[in-house]
Amino acid sequence: MTAPTINHFAIWAIYKAEMARFARSSIQSILSPVVSTSLYFIVFGTAIGSRMASIEGVAYGAFIVPGLMMLMLLVESLSNASFGMLMHKFSGTIYELMSAPVSHVEMVASFVGAAVTKSMILAALVLATSAFLVPLEIRHPVWMIGFLLLTSVTFCLFGFILGVWAKSWEQLWIIPGLIVTPLTFLGGAFYSIDMLPPAWQTIAMFNPVVYLISGFRWSFYGTADVAIEVSLAAVFAILVVCFAIVAWIFKTGYRLKN
Amino acid sequence: MSSIISISGLTKTYADGLVALSGIDLEIRRGEIFALLGPNGAGKTTLINIVCGIVNPSSGTVVAGGYNVITQSRQARFNIGLVPQELATDWYESVWGSVSFSRGLFGRPANPALVEDVLKRFHLWEKRDAKIMTLSGGMKRRVMIAKALAHEPTILFLDEPTASVDVELRRELWAEVRGLRESGVTIILTTHYIEEAEEMADRIGVINKGTMVVVDDKIALMKKLGGKHLTLHLQQSLAAIPSALADWPLSLGAGGHQLIYSFDSDGADTGIDRLLHRLTELKIAYRDLHTSQRSLEDIFVDLISERKGRGP
Ligand SMILES: Nc1ncnc2c1ncn2[C@@H]1O[C@H](COP(=O)(O)OP(=O)(O)O)[C@@H](O)[C@H]1O
Ligand SMILES: [Mg+2]
Repeated sequence: MTAPTINHFAIWAIYKAEMARFARSSIQSILSPVVSTSLYFIVFGTAIGSRMASIEGVAYGAFIVPGLMMLMLLVESLSNASFGMLMHKFSGTIYELMSAPVSHVEMVASFVGAAVTKSMILAALVLATSAFLVPLEIRHPVWMIGFLLLTSVTFCLFGFILGVWAKSWEQLWIIPGLIVTPLTFLGGAFYSIDMLPPAWQTIAMFNPVVYLISGFRWSFYGTADVAIEVSLAAVFAILVVCFAIVAWIFKTGYRLKN
Repeated sequence: MSSIISISGLTKTYADGLVALSGIDLEIRRGEIFALLGPNGAGKTTLINIVCGIVNPSSGTVVAGGYNVITQSRQARFNIGLVPQELATDWYESVWGSVSFSRGLFGRPANPALVEDVLKRFHLWEKRDAKIMTLSGGMKRRVMIAKALAHEPTILFLDEPTASVDVELRRELWAEVRGLRESGVTIILTTHYIEEAEEMADRIGVINKGTMVVVDDKIALMKKLGGKHLTLHLQQSLAAIPSALADWPLSLGAGGHQLIYSFDSDGADTGIDRLLHRLTELKIAYRDLHTSQRSLEDIFVDLISERKGRGP
């Protein structure tokens, strides 16, 4: 028998297995990010936000929505896409993936596709919740969805790399916990970069998350710290870097093959 | 005779510098059961993993089913099934889900009737909805075999299939393997038991320290390897073999407390009868006796010295 040109059976099998994994842990994996993000809205948006001046004409509660969605999206994308791969390595079932007639592109597409699906569902849930709690406005909905999708794909790809790289569950949390979360807090989730002293503004420009939040916030309110084109270019740049690393991983078999 | 797998000049040096395979040439014939026989660390798993795409070779080529396993990996892997040595299963997945997953992964459309058949053959049907982590080790092993068969491979690798397997599964597995062979599947299994290779295989390849020592038909090879020992535990130790027994292939063991007789178990006349008779005549008394298969190590020593003896 000859193999299909595109092994769509395998893509579907991996995608379905990953989605089933998410469904099995739906309480932790769906409820917890939605609840914790909603708490941010309540604490920062409603309680503290009522005493804060609006930023660039946007009420503080609404101003922080894009940043918090971004924070949730980045962390969830990284952890969801990395978990599946590490699980296969950990339980030894990686042998089956490595011996299957599945191309690298197909494997990445299925793992990343499932993680992106879940991230997008979570983003929609958080957005819906925030609409109840703060006055929302979305000026560029198509851009908003496009930006969300692009960021999600990028960070799920990043997560896949993390899953291949990590040798333990602790290592899995280093990047989202120790790097991405702080960078998001420092990257203007709660404030506009304009509000920083000039020296810090310059430093902030080295933080890639600034571009993500700024671009995303622009799709909501039409205001941004950096031009939307620059934000887009930054996401694409991260995406290209991730693609290059994934290609290198499969070419060399890094941490997948002996 | 057409080969279904051709391996030539295959070497593997692991990242830590360990040479696991040093220049393997091997042809596996279509439709045969081939046993790869060798002690632990011989390189059996490494060889299988290279054919299956899990380990990258250092040099050499492998063609499986007409396709190069590196440059035409998709086509090559499409028809290969593997039951690895180590138990590795998806903890949270159900038996049904895991076996169906394997079928899809290997590029086949869903076929519930076929999955049902495989599960029934391996007594997994009642457990089809159970999470795999709740199963016993033996049942997990069955799941792994079912997963490897779910996509109807034409080449099946079984890496130490009977290690830590109960008698019942072992018997079922051998029956299944014979059935698969009847249907035209080529089977390559590894083992470090001579008896197992003898029981199952059409041909046997002996591997040691990353080198194929010999590849031959089972019958021819068993003639060569099939020697046995008869060990007699003597009541009084001997300092040397009595001259009256000089014509017999005898040696002394355990400081002269054991008399060891080497014989060919396939021969019509093993000579045991006459030997025991002779010992009685010579009044050499023994407390106990037993026969044993020559160890794999003994056989390697023989085979390797025989090859050296033949010269370059
Ligand atoms: N991943 C690895 N890294 C380094 N050495 C390895 C690795 N896997 C196996 N080896 C070594 O390669 C040799 C052959 O191993 P293996 O192929 O598993 O033998 P067998 O299956 O015949 O027992 C052994 O010495 C083993 O220790
Ligand atoms: Mg082995």
